[in-house]
Amino acid sequence: MIKFIFRGVLRDRTRTLFPFLTVAIGVGLAVFLDAYLRGTTDSMFNTTARLVCGHLMVTTSAGAHAGEYATPELALLDVTPRQQELENSYPEVVWTPRIRFGGIIDIPDSTGMTRAQVPVSGMAVDLSPGGIEHKLLRLDRILVRGKTPRNTKQILLSEQLSQRLGLNPGDRLTLITMTADGGMAIADFTLAGTIRFGITALDRSVLLDSIADLRQTLGLPDGATEILGFFKNGVYNDRRAINISRHYNARHTHPDEFSPLLRPLREASGMGQLIDIVANATGLILTIFIIAMAVVLWNAGLINSLRRYNEIGIRLALGESSRDIYLSLLAEAFFIGLLGSTAGTLLGLGAGFYMQRVGLNISGMMRNATVLIDDVLRARIAPVTFFIGFIPGLFATLLGNAISGLAVFRRQTAQLTKEFSE
Amino acid sequence: MADEYIIETFDLIKRYPMGRQELVALKKVNLKFRRGEFSGVIGPSGSGKTTLLNIIGSLDTPSSGSVVVLGEKVETLTPYRSAQLRRRHIGFIFQTFNLLPVYTVFENVEFPLLILKVPPAERRQRVMAALEWVGLADREKSRPNQLSGGESQRVAIARAIVKQPAIVLADEPTANLDAENSYHILDTMVKINQELGTTFIFSTHDEKVIRYLRRKIKLLDGAVVADKHAQPSGRET
Ligand SMILES: Nc1ncnc2c1ncn2[C@@H]1O[C@H](COP(=O)(O)OP(=O)(O)OP(=O)(O)O)[C@@H](O)[C@H]1O
Ligand SMILES: [Mg+2]
Repeated sequence: MIKFIFRGVLRDRTRTLFPFLTVAIGVGLAVFLDAYLRGTTDSMFNTTARLVCGHLMVTTSAGAHAGEYATPELALLDVTPRQQELENSYPEVVWTPRIRFGGIIDIPDSTGMTRAQVPVSGMAVDLSPGGIEHKLLRLDRILVRGKTPRNTKQILLSEQLSQRLGLNPGDRLTLITMTADGGMAIADFTLAGTIRFGITALDRSVLLDSIADLRQTLGLPDGATEILGFFKNGVYNDRRAINISRHYNARHTHPDEFSPLLRPLREASGMGQLIDIVANATGLILTIFIIAMAVVLWNAGLINSLRRYNEIGIRLALGESSRDIYLSLLAEAFFIGLLGSTAGTLLGLGAGFYMQRVGLNISGMMRNATVLIDDVLRARIAPVTFFIGFIPGLFATLLGNAISGLAVFRRQTAQLTKEFSE
Repeated sequence: MADEYIIETFDLIKRYPMGRQELVALKKVNLKFRRGEFSGVIGPSGSGKTTLLNIIGSLDTPSSGSVVVLGEKVETLTPYRSAQLRRRHIGFIFQTFNLLPVYTVFENVEFPLLILKVPPAERRQRVMAALEWVGLADREKSRPNQLSGGESQRVAIARAIVKQPAIVLADEPTANLDAENSYHILDTMVKINQELGTTFIFSTHDEKVIRYLRRKIKLLDGAVVADKHAQPSGRET
C-alpha cells in the first residue's frame, strides 16, 4: 500500500511539486538564513573581538573599571605565568597579551627640531611574523605602505595620520608616553609601515608597536594591560565564555584592585544586550518563517485535498476506511516533507557553505561605515543549521496535511454517487 | 437456509429534510434478493434508485426500517464496519467511471485487493484474471486517459469484480456509453453473473439495460410499483 501511495506521489507531479517546492524553498531559506545570521553576527562580534576585547579579556579589576581609559598604570603583572595558567585551564582558547597606551609622537625636521606633535592611541602586541596577532590584526591586509616591523624599535602608524604628517616608511619619530609608575618615557622609533583598518575610530590615530619594545619603554617587564583570549574555532561562544569567566574569577578572588578579572566579550565590549537581541531576533525570524511556511503548506494541503476530492471519494466507496485514507495522506505528507526538507537543507547548506568559504564582498557598501564589520560577509554553518529547516519543514508539511486531511472524516459516503455523476 | 436471501429490506424509508417539509425518497420498500440475481431498479429520474442502491451498498443509512446485507444490519454498522462490508463484499460501478487517473489500468484494478491486504503474487494473478474477464488484459499498463469510455467502464467492472464480491451495484452504468459499448459491458456482466454467480443490481432507465434484466423492479416516487421476473431479451437486433 505504501508503495502504491508513493507511486501516486511521484506520478502526480501537480499535486506533489507545489508542496515539494514550498518545503524545499522554505527550508532552504531557513537554513541559509540561519547560516547567514550566524555568520554576520560572528563577523560583527569577531571584529570587535579581534581589535578590542577578544572573546575573553583578562585585565586588572581596576583596569576593567577604567574601561577604555585604562592606562599602563593599571596593567597586569606576571603575564607569562598568568597566560600559562589560562592556556592550561582553557585549552580551547588561545591567549595573547596587549598593552594599550596613550602618548604623543614627536616628528623632527631635518635639523632634529620638533616639526609636529600629535597624540596617538597606541597598541602594543606581539608583532612577530608567524605570531597569532599577525592573523588577528590581519597585518598583511591592513598594511598600506612599507613593511611589518622586523627589528626592534620599529612601529606601524595609521596611514591617515602619516599622510597628514607627511611621514614615509623609514622616517624617524619619537614616542612620548608615561611609564607604569607615572614617570615620563621617551623612545625613538622608525616608521616601518602605515596601516588602515578601515575603521574611522581606529584610523584617526592608531600606532602599533611590538609589545617587547613597549615593555622596555614603559618599564613593565612582564606586564600587559590585557590578555585577550580567542576561541580556537574562531567563533564566539557566549555561554562557554560566561562559564569560563565565572570559573576563572572564582579562582582569583583577592579583593585587590590589581587582581585579574576575566570578562566575556558581552561584558567587556558592552555588547551583551546586542548579543541577546541578535539571539532573540534570530529565533524570532526563524519562528516567523517557519509559521509562515506551515500556513502555506496547510493551504497547499487544503488545495490538495480539494483536487483529490474525487479520488478520496472513490477510495471511500471502494471500502477504504476514513482512518486509513487519513493515514495514507499523512504518509504522503511525510514523504513529500522528507524529500522537500532534504532538498531544501541541501540547497540552504550549499548556499551557506558557499558564503562560508567564498563570502560576499561588501567592502563597496561599507566604505564609509564606522561599524566594526568585516568587508566580507560570511555565513557559518553550525550543527543546528542541519536541523533548523529540516525538522520544521517536515513538521509543517505533516501539520498542514494533518489539519487539511481531517476533511476526509467529514465526507458523507451517501453523497459520493451524486458527486461522481457531476 | 438462513442466507436464502443475500439482501433484504424491511419497510425501508428514507426522508430528506426539505426546508420545513420533508421529502420522502423511499417509502416502505420491502425487497429481497437471492444470490446470483441479475436484477435492476427501474424508474424515472428522482424515483429513488440511487438512494436505494446507496443504502444497500452501506454508503447511506435508512431513516427507518432495516436492511440486511449478508446477514449484517447495515443501519447499525459503524462507519468502519460499513467500510469493511463494502471492501469485502460489495463492488460498485458508477455512471461516470471514476478510475484513479494517476494509476495504470492494472493498478486501478489492483486497488481493492490492496486494501484487502492480498499478497502480491495473488494480486497479480487475480487482477489479470479480472482484466481477462473484461477483455482488457493487454491494456494493463495504460492510463485511464488513454482509454475510451467503454474501455474505462470495463476497467471499472474489473475493479468491481476483482475481489469476487457477493454483490455488484451498478448505478446507471451505461448512461455515458454508446449502444455498442453498452451492449459490450452488459454482455460482460451477464457472463460474470453466470460464471461467478455474482449478484447484480442495476439502477437504470436505459432500455438496453432493461432488456438484459431477469428481474425488473419498478420504482415510482420512492415506492415499488412492480417487481417482475422476466426472460431477458438481450441485444436489440
Ligand atoms: N441528499 C439529499 N438531500 C435532499 N434530497 C435528496 C438527497 N438525495 C436525493 N434526494 C432526493 O431524493 C429523491 C430520489 O433521489 P435519487 O437520487 O435516489 O433518484 P434517482 O432515481 O437516482 O434519480 P436519477 O435517475 O436522476 O439518478 C430525489 O427527489 C432527490 O431530489
Ligand atoms: Mg440516480
